Amino acid sequence: MARPLTPFLWTLFSAGGTVAALLYPVHFFLTGLAIPMGWVSDPGYGALHGLAVHPLTRLYLFVLVSLPLFHWAHRFRYTLYDGLQLKHLTALIAVLCYGTAFIGSVTAGYTLLTLR
Amino acid sequence: MSAGAHYTPYHPKWYRKRVSVWWWLESGSYTGFVLRELSAVAVAFFAVVLIAQIRALAGGPEAYARFTATLGSPGVLVLGVLAFLFVLFHAITWFNLAPTAMVVRVRGKRVPDVAISGSNYAAWVVLSAVVAFLMLRS
Repeated sequence: MARPLTPFLWTLFSAGGTVAALLYPVHFFLTGLAIPMGWVSDPGYGALHGLAVHPLTRLYLFVLVSLPLFHWAHRFRYTLYDGLQLKHLTALIAVLCYGTAFIGSVTAGYTLLTLR
Repeated sequence: MSAGAHYTPYHPKWYRKRVSVWWWLESGSYTGFVLRELSAVAVAFFAVVLIAQIRALAGGPEAYARFTATLGSPGVLVLGVLAFLFVLFHAITWFNLAPTAMVVRVRGKRVPDVAISGSNYAAWVVLSAVVAFLMLRS
């Protein structure tokens, strides 16, 4: 990995960690647990779609997906190095991790841009 | 000693102890560290759920019904509970580390750690309430 990129990738890691820490628990709790289990009433497709089409919500959702993906990429990369002692695969692991985060961000961005 | 170990004159072989791949199970703080790093997998899992949710919202009511049905299936719920616990673990360790990562000084004096992690926890509560209100107000 080229040296000048390292601080940039670390900034993405840090920003993504903050976004995930502040916002993932509540989103996860509502979407993944409380609504499917019926603890709260399901807002339904109409209400959530109405929220999602707002330009600010689109931007918010893009940030909510993209930054934490880069946070994962950074942490997972170093966990693979240290945990599994795969130092000889440095370049491959970095490309796979950040590449996955990039593809996920592009998918989310494209879907949000074309959402109507 | 491994079969390949040998010494040559003038260039003695370095002593390097082999570390087991399970080194992180040797002590509680190592295990905590690796579990914290692995919480990123739960974060990525939920990012994928969010992408699926956005795509379902783009796909129309039927696609969205399929999305909620998938989330409600027992296997996904069990995975969801486990991932949620890891996301919580990430949030708590992240807020507790914030004072170390970000040293704030006011008029030359360092702001105490409790104030920095405390403001993070306060922001967490407020943002969670705002998100819950916006999603559930209908």
